[in-house]
Amino acid sequence: MKIPYYPGCTLNTVAKGFDASARDSALAIGFEMAELPQWNCCGATFPLTPDNLIALCAPAKVLSNARKEGDTLTTLCSVCYNVLKRTNKVLRDDREKRGVINGFIEEEYDGSVNVVHFLEVLRDRIGFDKVKEAVKRPLKGIKAGAYYGCMLLRPFEDIGIDRVESPTVFEDLLRAIGAEPVEFPNRIECCGAHLAMNNGEIVERLSGNVMTSAVACGAELIVTTCPLCQYNLEKSQGGVAQNTPGYNEVPIIYFTQALGLALGHDIEKLGFENNASDVMGLLKKKGIV
Amino acid sequence: MKLKLSQADIDGAEVQLIERVSGEEMKRCYQCGNCSGGCPVAYAMEVPPSQIMRFLQLGMVDEVMGANSMWVCVGCLQCSSRCPQGVSVASVLEGLRQITLRKGTDKTRVADIPARFLEKAPQQAIVCGFRKFVS
Repeated sequence: MKIPYYPGCTLNTVAKGFDASARDSALAIGFEMAELPQWNCCGATFPLTPDNLIALCAPAKVLSNARKEGDTLTTLCSVCYNVLKRTNKVLRDDREKRGVINGFIEEEYDGSVNVVHFLEVLRDRIGFDKVKEAVKRPLKGIKAGAYYGCMLLRPFEDIGIDRVESPTVFEDLLRAIGAEPVEFPNRIECCGAHLAMNNGEIVERLSGNVMTSAVACGAELIVTTCPLCQYNLEKSQGGVAQNTPGYNEVPIIYFTQALGLALGHDIEKLGFENNASDVMGLLKKKGIV
Repeated sequence: MKLKLSQADIDGAEVQLIERVSGEEMKRCYQCGNCSGGCPVAYAMEVPPSQIMRFLQLGMVDEVMGANSMWVCVGCLQCSSRCPQGVSVASVLEGLRQITLRKGTDKTRVADIPARFLEKAPQQAIVCGFRKFVS
Protein backbone atom coordinates (compact mmCIF):
# COMPACT_ATOMS: atom_id res chain seq x y z
CA MET A 1 0.00 0.00 0.00
CA LYS A 2 1.25 3.46 -0.96
CA ILE A 3 -0.07 6.55 0.79
CA PRO A 4 0.61 10.00 -0.68
CA TYR A 5 2.65 11.89 1.88
CA TYR A 6 3.25 15.57 2.55
CA PRO A 7 6.40 16.10 4.67
CA GLY A 8 6.20 19.90 5.01
CA CYS A 9 9.11 22.33 5.33
CA THR A 10 10.39 21.49 8.79
CA LEU A 11 10.62 17.75 8.18
CA ASN A 12 12.77 18.52 5.18
CA THR A 13 15.23 20.58 7.24
CA VAL A 14 15.55 20.60 11.04
CA ALA A 15 13.32 17.58 11.73
CA LYS A 16 14.78 15.06 9.29
CA GLY A 17 14.79 12.36 11.96
CA PHE A 18 11.01 12.71 12.29
CA ASP A 19 10.60 12.16 8.53
CA ALA A 20 13.11 9.32 8.11
CA SER A 21 11.93 7.36 11.14
CA ALA A 22 8.34 7.54 9.91
CA ARG A 23 9.18 6.37 6.39
CA ASP A 24 11.23 3.45 7.71
CA SER A 25 8.52 2.55 10.22
CA ALA A 26 5.86 2.55 7.51
CA LEU A 27 7.94 0.17 5.38
CA ALA A 28 8.50 -2.14 8.35
CA ILE A 29 4.76 -2.25 8.99
CA GLY A 30 3.93 -2.81 5.33
CA PHE A 31 3.10 0.45 3.59
CA GLU A 32 4.96 3.20 1.81
CA MET A 33 4.85 6.93 2.43
CA ALA A 34 4.99 8.23 -1.13
CA GLU A 35 6.18 11.85 -1.01
CA LEU A 36 4.21 14.17 -3.31
CA PRO A 37 6.25 14.86 -6.46
CA GLN A 38 5.59 18.56 -5.97
CA TRP A 39 4.73 20.44 -2.81
CA ASN A 40 5.10 23.80 -1.10
CA CYS A 41 4.81 25.18 2.43
CA CYS A 42 1.30 24.89 3.90
CA GLY A 43 1.56 28.33 5.48
CA ALA A 44 2.20 26.97 8.98
CA THR A 45 -0.97 28.48 10.44
CA PHE A 46 -4.61 28.21 9.52
CA PRO A 47 -5.97 31.75 9.19
CA LEU A 48 -8.55 32.34 11.92
CA THR A 49 -10.16 35.25 10.10
CA PRO A 50 -12.55 33.90 7.46
CA ASP A 51 -11.86 36.69 4.95
CA ASN A 52 -8.16 35.81 4.71
CA LEU A 53 -8.42 33.69 1.57
CA ILE A 54 -4.89 34.39 0.40
CA ALA A 55 -3.57 32.30 3.31
CA LEU A 56 -5.60 29.34 2.06
CA CYS A 57 -3.99 29.35 -1.39
CA ALA A 58 -0.74 27.64 -0.38
CA PRO A 59 -2.43 24.70 1.37
CA ALA A 60 -5.01 24.50 -1.42
CA LYS A 61 -2.17 24.07 -3.92
CA VAL A 62 -0.76 21.22 -1.81
CA LEU A 63 -4.18 19.55 -1.68
CA SER A 64 -4.77 19.90 -5.40
CA ASN A 65 -1.35 18.36 -6.10
CA ALA A 66 -2.19 15.54 -3.70
CA ARG A 67 -5.47 14.83 -5.50
CA LYS A 68 -3.45 13.97 -8.61
CA GLU A 69 -1.79 11.17 -6.62
CA GLY A 70 -4.85 9.66 -4.97
CA ASP A 71 -7.73 10.29 -2.61
CA THR A 72 -5.75 10.36 0.64
CA LEU A 73 -2.95 12.55 1.97
CA THR A 74 -1.01 11.81 5.13
CA THR A 75 1.18 14.14 7.21
CA LEU A 76 3.29 13.88 10.33
CA CYS A 77 3.56 17.44 11.58
CA SER A 78 0.51 18.42 13.63
CA VAL A 79 0.47 21.92 12.18
CA CYS A 80 0.57 20.77 8.54
CA TYR A 81 -2.20 18.32 9.40
CA ASN A 82 -4.33 21.03 10.98
CA VAL A 83 -3.82 23.54 8.17
CA LEU A 84 -4.42 21.04 5.36
CA LYS A 85 -7.43 19.41 6.97
CA ARG A 86 -9.14 22.70 7.79
CA THR A 87 -8.38 24.21 4.39
CA ASN A 88 -9.74 21.11 2.75
CA LYS A 89 -13.00 21.49 4.64
CA VAL A 90 -13.38 25.08 3.44
CA LEU A 91 -12.74 24.00 -0.16
CA ARG A 92 -15.20 21.13 0.13
CA ASP A 93 -18.04 22.97 1.86
CA ASP A 94 -17.83 26.60 0.74
CA ARG A 95 -18.59 26.94 -2.96
CA GLU A 96 -17.90 30.62 -3.15
CA LYS A 97 -14.49 30.45 -1.49
CA ARG A 98 -13.61 27.37 -3.53
CA GLY A 99 -14.26 29.35 -6.71
CA VAL A 100 -12.07 32.26 -5.62
CA ILE A 101 -9.18 30.06 -4.44
CA ASN A 102 -9.27 27.77 -7.47
CA GLY A 103 -9.27 30.84 -9.71
CA PHE A 104 -6.19 32.13 -7.94
CA ILE A 105 -4.18 28.91 -7.93
CA GLU A 106 -5.41 27.93 -11.42
CA GLU A 107 -6.69 24.53 -10.39
CA GLU A 108 -10.07 22.83 -10.22
CA TYR A 109 -9.86 21.24 -6.81
CA ASP A 110 -13.07 20.11 -5.08
CA GLY A 111 -11.98 19.17 -1.56
CA SER A 112 -12.17 15.44 -2.19
CA VAL A 113 -8.83 14.47 -0.63
CA ASN A 114 -9.05 12.81 2.76
CA VAL A 115 -6.35 14.34 4.98
CA VAL A 116 -5.18 11.88 7.63
CA HIS A 117 -2.50 12.08 10.26
CA PHE A 118 0.06 9.25 10.39
CA LEU A 119 -1.43 8.26 13.77
CA GLU A 120 -4.80 7.79 12.04
CA VAL A 121 -3.19 5.63 9.37
CA LEU A 122 -1.75 3.40 12.08
CA ARG A 123 -4.98 3.29 14.06
CA ASP A 124 -7.60 3.08 11.32
CA ARG A 125 -5.93 1.53 8.28
CA ILE A 126 -3.27 -0.70 9.80
CA GLY A 127 -4.61 -1.22 13.33
CA PHE A 128 -2.59 -0.92 16.53
CA ASP A 129 -2.79 -4.71 16.95
CA LYS A 130 -0.84 -5.09 13.68
CA VAL A 131 1.64 -2.47 14.82
CA LYS A 132 2.08 -4.46 18.01
CA GLU A 133 2.76 -7.63 16.01
CA ALA A 134 5.55 -5.85 14.12
CA VAL A 135 7.33 -4.76 17.31
CA LYS A 136 10.78 -6.32 17.73
CA ARG A 137 12.21 -4.17 20.49
CA PRO A 138 9.36 -3.31 22.90
CA LEU A 139 9.88 -0.18 24.96
CA LYS A 140 9.24 -2.18 28.06
CA GLY A 141 9.33 -0.40 31.37
CA ILE A 142 9.47 3.09 29.89
CA LYS A 143 6.90 5.46 31.32
CA ALA A 144 6.15 7.74 28.40
CA GLY A 145 4.06 10.91 28.31
CA ALA A 146 2.19 11.48 25.04
CA TYR A 147 2.23 15.20 24.38
CA TYR A 148 -0.59 16.05 21.95
CA GLY A 149 -0.31 19.83 22.00
CA CYS A 150 -3.04 21.82 20.26
CA MET A 151 -3.10 21.39 16.51
CA LEU A 152 -3.53 17.63 16.47
CA LEU A 153 -6.81 17.99 18.37
CA ARG A 154 -8.47 21.37 17.90
CA PRO A 155 -10.93 22.48 16.74
CA PHE A 156 -12.84 19.25 17.18
CA GLU A 157 -15.45 20.13 14.51
CA ASP A 158 -12.75 20.33 11.84
CA ILE A 159 -10.14 17.86 13.07
CA GLY A 160 -11.99 15.16 15.03
CA ILE A 161 -9.05 12.74 15.28
CA ASP A 162 -10.10 11.93 18.85
CA ARG A 163 -12.01 13.28 21.86
CA VAL A 164 -10.79 16.80 22.30
CA GLU A 165 -10.42 16.83 26.11
CA SER A 166 -9.59 13.17 26.72
CA PRO A 167 -7.89 11.70 23.66
CA THR A 168 -6.36 8.22 23.71
CA VAL A 169 -4.95 7.63 20.21
CA PHE A 170 -1.41 8.60 21.16
CA GLU A 171 -1.39 6.57 24.40
CA ASP A 172 -2.82 3.60 22.50
CA LEU A 173 0.15 3.70 20.12
CA LEU A 174 2.61 3.92 23.01
CA ARG A 175 0.94 0.90 24.61
CA ALA A 176 1.14 -1.03 21.31
CA ILE A 177 4.90 -0.49 21.14
CA GLY A 178 5.37 -1.73 24.67
CA ALA A 179 5.74 1.50 26.60
CA GLU A 180 3.70 2.44 29.62
CA PRO A 181 1.73 5.60 28.77
CA VAL A 182 1.47 8.22 31.48
CA GLU A 183 -1.46 10.60 31.35
CA PHE A 184 -0.60 14.09 32.52
CA PRO A 185 -2.79 17.20 32.87
CA ASN A 186 -0.92 19.39 30.39
CA ARG A 187 -0.80 16.88 27.54
CA ILE A 188 -3.33 18.92 25.52
CA GLU A 189 -1.97 22.36 26.43
CA CYS A 190 0.09 24.71 24.28
CA CYS A 191 3.92 24.78 24.20
CA GLY A 192 4.01 28.50 23.37
CA ALA A 193 3.97 27.92 19.60
CA HIS A 194 5.04 30.83 17.37
CA LEU A 195 5.80 33.06 20.36
CA ALA A 196 9.20 31.36 20.02
CA MET A 197 9.89 34.25 17.66
CA ASN A 198 9.48 37.11 20.13
CA ASN A 199 8.53 35.95 23.61
CA GLY A 200 10.86 33.35 25.07
CA GLU A 201 9.51 33.93 28.57
CA ILE A 202 6.01 32.73 27.73
CA VAL A 203 7.36 29.77 25.77
CA GLU A 204 9.52 28.71 28.69
CA ARG A 205 6.62 28.97 31.10
CA LEU A 206 4.17 27.04 28.89
CA SER A 207 6.66 24.40 27.77
CA GLY A 208 7.84 24.19 31.37
CA ASN A 209 4.29 23.52 32.54
CA VAL A 210 4.06 20.66 30.02
CA MET A 211 7.35 19.07 31.11
CA THR A 212 6.92 19.48 34.86
CA SER A 213 3.37 18.17 34.60
CA ALA A 214 4.57 15.08 32.71
CA VAL A 215 7.48 14.42 35.05
CA ALA A 216 5.30 14.91 38.14
CA CYS A 217 3.05 12.15 36.80
CA GLY A 218 6.00 9.83 36.43
CA ALA A 219 7.01 10.29 32.78
CA GLU A 220 10.59 9.31 31.97
CA LEU A 221 10.19 10.25 28.33
CA ILE A 222 8.04 12.79 26.46
CA VAL A 223 6.87 11.94 22.97
CA THR A 224 5.75 14.64 20.49
CA THR A 225 4.00 14.92 17.11
CA CYS A 226 5.07 18.41 16.12
CA PRO A 227 8.51 19.90 15.38
CA LEU A 228 7.55 23.20 16.98
CA CYS A 229 6.44 21.49 20.21
CA GLN A 230 9.69 19.51 20.08
CA TYR A 231 11.76 22.69 19.58
CA ASN A 232 10.00 24.70 22.28
CA LEU A 233 10.23 21.93 24.85
CA GLU A 234 13.87 21.20 24.06
CA LYS A 235 14.85 24.85 24.10
CA SER A 236 13.07 25.50 27.40
CA GLN A 237 14.29 22.49 29.30
CA GLY A 238 17.57 24.00 30.57
CA GLY A 239 15.83 27.04 32.05
CA VAL A 240 13.05 24.93 33.51
CA ALA A 241 15.56 22.61 35.20
CA GLN A 242 17.34 25.62 36.66
CA ASN A 243 14.18 27.19 38.05
CA THR A 244 12.32 24.09 39.24
CA PRO A 245 13.77 22.48 42.36
CA GLY A 246 13.77 18.69 42.12
CA TYR A 247 13.09 18.62 38.38
CA ASN A 248 15.16 16.12 36.42
CA GLU A 249 15.58 16.69 32.69
CA VAL A 250 13.52 14.33 30.58
CA PRO A 251 14.32 13.13 27.05
CA ILE A 252 11.95 14.38 24.34
CA ILE A 253 11.59 12.47 21.06
CA TYR A 254 9.22 12.29 18.09
CA PHE A 255 6.62 9.54 18.21
CA THR A 256 8.01 8.03 15.02
CA GLN A 257 11.43 7.75 16.65
CA ALA A 258 9.78 5.78 19.47
CA LEU A 259 7.97 3.68 16.88
CA GLY A 260 11.10 3.03 14.79
CA LEU A 261 12.98 2.10 17.93
CA ALA A 262 10.30 -0.45 18.84
CA LEU A 263 10.22 -1.82 15.31
CA GLY A 264 13.88 -2.70 15.71
CA HIS A 265 15.51 -0.13 13.43
CA ASP A 266 19.20 0.71 13.73
CA ILE A 267 19.61 3.27 16.48
CA GLU A 268 21.86 5.35 14.17
CA LYS A 269 19.01 5.74 11.69
CA LEU A 270 16.53 7.24 14.13
CA GLY A 271 18.07 10.70 14.14
CA PHE A 272 18.55 10.90 17.92
CA GLU A 273 21.77 12.85 17.40
CA ASN A 274 19.68 15.85 16.30
CA ASN A 275 17.50 15.79 19.40
CA ALA A 276 18.62 18.22 22.09
CA SER A 277 18.09 15.76 24.92
CA ASP A 278 19.84 12.45 25.37
CA VAL A 279 17.56 9.43 25.18
CA MET A 280 20.29 6.79 25.07
CA GLY A 281 20.88 6.92 28.83
CA LEU A 282 17.25 6.00 29.47
CA LEU A 283 17.29 3.24 26.84
CA LYS A 284 20.43 1.72 28.37
CA LYS A 285 19.03 1.98 31.87
CA LYS A 286 15.91 0.10 30.77
CA GLY A 287 17.96 -2.54 28.96
CA ILE A 288 16.42 -1.73 25.59
CA VAL A 289 19.74 -1.14 23.84
CA MET B 1 -14.16 52.21 37.81
CA LYS B 2 -16.70 54.49 36.15
CA LEU B 3 -17.46 53.68 32.52
CA LYS B 4 -19.13 56.01 30.08
CA LEU B 5 -20.95 53.97 27.49
CA SER B 6 -22.50 55.25 24.30
CA GLN B 7 -24.89 53.51 21.94
CA ALA B 8 -22.97 55.05 19.06
CA ASP B 9 -19.81 53.16 20.13
CA ILE B 10 -21.67 49.91 20.82
CA ASP B 11 -23.11 49.89 17.30
CA GLY B 12 -20.09 51.70 15.88
CA ALA B 13 -18.13 51.04 12.73
CA GLU B 14 -15.08 49.81 14.62
CA VAL B 15 -16.94 46.99 16.36
CA GLN B 16 -18.61 46.11 13.07
CA LEU B 17 -15.23 45.91 11.36
CA ILE B 18 -13.90 43.58 14.08
CA GLU B 19 -17.02 41.41 13.72
CA ARG B 20 -16.66 41.29 9.95
CA VAL B 21 -12.93 40.48 9.92
CA SER B 22 -13.09 37.93 12.75
CA GLY B 23 -16.38 36.36 11.70
CA GLU B 24 -17.52 36.40 15.34
CA GLU B 25 -20.58 38.02 16.88
CA MET B 26 -19.67 39.70 20.17
CA LYS B 27 -23.16 39.61 21.65
CA ARG B 28 -23.22 35.82 21.69
CA CYS B 29 -20.81 35.81 24.63
CA TYR B 30 -22.55 35.56 28.02
CA GLN B 31 -19.43 36.06 30.11
CA CYS B 32 -19.09 32.63 31.70
CA GLY B 33 -15.31 33.04 31.78
CA ASN B 34 -14.42 29.58 30.45
CA CYS B 35 -12.11 31.15 27.87
CA SER B 36 -10.08 33.06 30.43
CA GLY B 37 -10.05 30.00 32.69
CA GLY B 38 -8.64 27.74 29.97
CA CYS B 39 -6.31 30.27 28.34
CA PRO B 40 -2.68 29.32 29.02
CA VAL B 41 -1.50 32.89 28.50
CA ALA B 42 -4.26 34.82 30.29
CA TYR B 43 -1.75 35.46 33.07
CA ALA B 44 0.33 37.56 30.69
CA MET B 45 -2.56 39.44 29.05
CA GLU B 46 -3.38 43.01 30.04
CA VAL B 47 -6.99 42.18 29.18
CA PRO B 48 -7.92 38.47 29.43
CA PRO B 49 -10.09 36.80 26.74
CA SER B 50 -13.49 37.12 28.44
CA GLN B 51 -12.87 40.80 29.12
CA ILE B 52 -11.87 41.34 25.49
CA MET B 53 -15.36 40.11 24.61
CA ARG B 54 -17.01 42.32 27.24
CA PHE B 55 -15.18 45.47 26.19
CA LEU B 56 -16.18 44.87 22.58
CA GLN B 57 -19.80 44.26 23.57
CA LEU B 58 -19.68 47.68 25.22
CA GLY B 59 -18.08 49.33 22.20
CA MET B 60 -14.84 50.03 24.08
CA VAL B 61 -12.51 49.30 21.21
CA ASP B 62 -9.54 51.36 22.41
CA GLU B 63 -9.24 49.21 25.52
CA VAL B 64 -8.71 46.05 23.47
CA MET B 65 -6.65 47.60 20.68
CA GLY B 66 -4.27 49.09 23.23
CA ALA B 67 -3.82 45.86 25.21
CA ASN B 68 -1.08 43.30 24.60
CA SER B 69 -3.62 40.44 24.49
CA MET B 70 -3.69 39.97 20.71
CA TRP B 71 0.10 39.63 20.57
CA VAL B 72 0.30 37.22 23.49
CA CYS B 73 -2.41 34.85 22.20
CA VAL B 74 -0.78 31.58 21.11
CA GLY B 75 -3.73 30.52 18.95
CA CYS B 76 -4.08 27.21 20.78
CA LEU B 77 -7.90 27.33 20.41
CA GLN B 78 -8.56 26.22 23.97
CA CYS B 79 -10.91 29.23 24.39
CA SER B 80 -13.04 28.36 21.36
CA SER B 81 -12.93 24.67 22.19
CA ARG B 82 -14.43 25.31 25.64
CA CYS B 83 -16.91 28.09 24.78
CA PRO B 84 -20.48 26.95 25.43
CA GLN B 85 -21.69 29.57 22.94
CA GLY B 86 -19.39 28.51 20.11
CA VAL B 87 -17.53 31.83 20.10
CA SER B 88 -13.88 31.82 19.12
CA VAL B 89 -12.02 34.50 21.08
CA ALA B 90 -8.90 33.32 19.23
CA SER B 91 -10.56 34.49 16.00
CA VAL B 92 -11.46 37.84 17.58
CA LEU B 93 -7.83 38.30 18.65
CA GLU B 94 -6.65 37.29 15.18
CA GLY B 95 -9.12 39.84 13.81
CA LEU B 96 -7.49 42.53 15.96
CA ARG B 97 -4.05 41.45 14.75
CA GLN B 98 -5.16 41.45 11.13
CA ILE B 99 -6.73 44.90 11.43
CA THR B 100 -3.45 46.20 12.86
CA LEU B 101 -1.18 44.39 10.39
CA ARG B 102 -3.30 45.37 7.40
CA LYS B 103 -2.53 48.99 8.22
CA GLY B 104 1.13 48.13 7.72
CA THR B 105 2.03 48.22 11.43
CA ASP B 106 4.42 45.41 12.32
CA LYS B 107 4.51 43.96 15.81
CA THR B 108 7.98 42.53 15.30
CA ARG B 109 10.56 44.25 13.13
CA VAL B 110 12.30 41.69 10.96
CA ALA B 111 15.67 43.26 11.81
CA ASP B 112 15.00 42.55 15.51
CA ILE B 113 14.51 38.80 15.08
CA PRO B 114 17.63 37.13 16.50
CA ALA B 115 19.81 35.53 13.81
CA ARG B 116 20.16 32.47 16.02
CA PHE B 117 16.41 31.97 15.98
CA LEU B 118 16.30 32.15 12.18
CA GLU B 119 19.15 29.62 11.99
CA LYS B 120 17.91 27.08 14.50
CA ALA B 121 14.13 27.34 14.68
CA PRO B 122 11.82 25.08 12.71
CA GLN B 123 10.69 26.72 9.48
CA GLN B 124 7.11 26.52 10.63
CA ALA B 125 7.88 28.80 13.61
CA ILE B 126 9.37 31.41 11.29
CA VAL B 127 6.55 31.25 8.74
CA CYS B 128 3.88 31.30 11.44
CA GLY B 129 5.62 34.09 13.35
CA PHE B 130 5.76 36.21 10.21
CA ARG B 131 2.07 35.64 9.60
CA LYS B 132 1.15 36.63 13.12
CA PHE B 133 3.53 39.53 13.74
CA VAL B 134 4.65 41.03 10.42
CA SER B 135 2.45 42.91 7.94
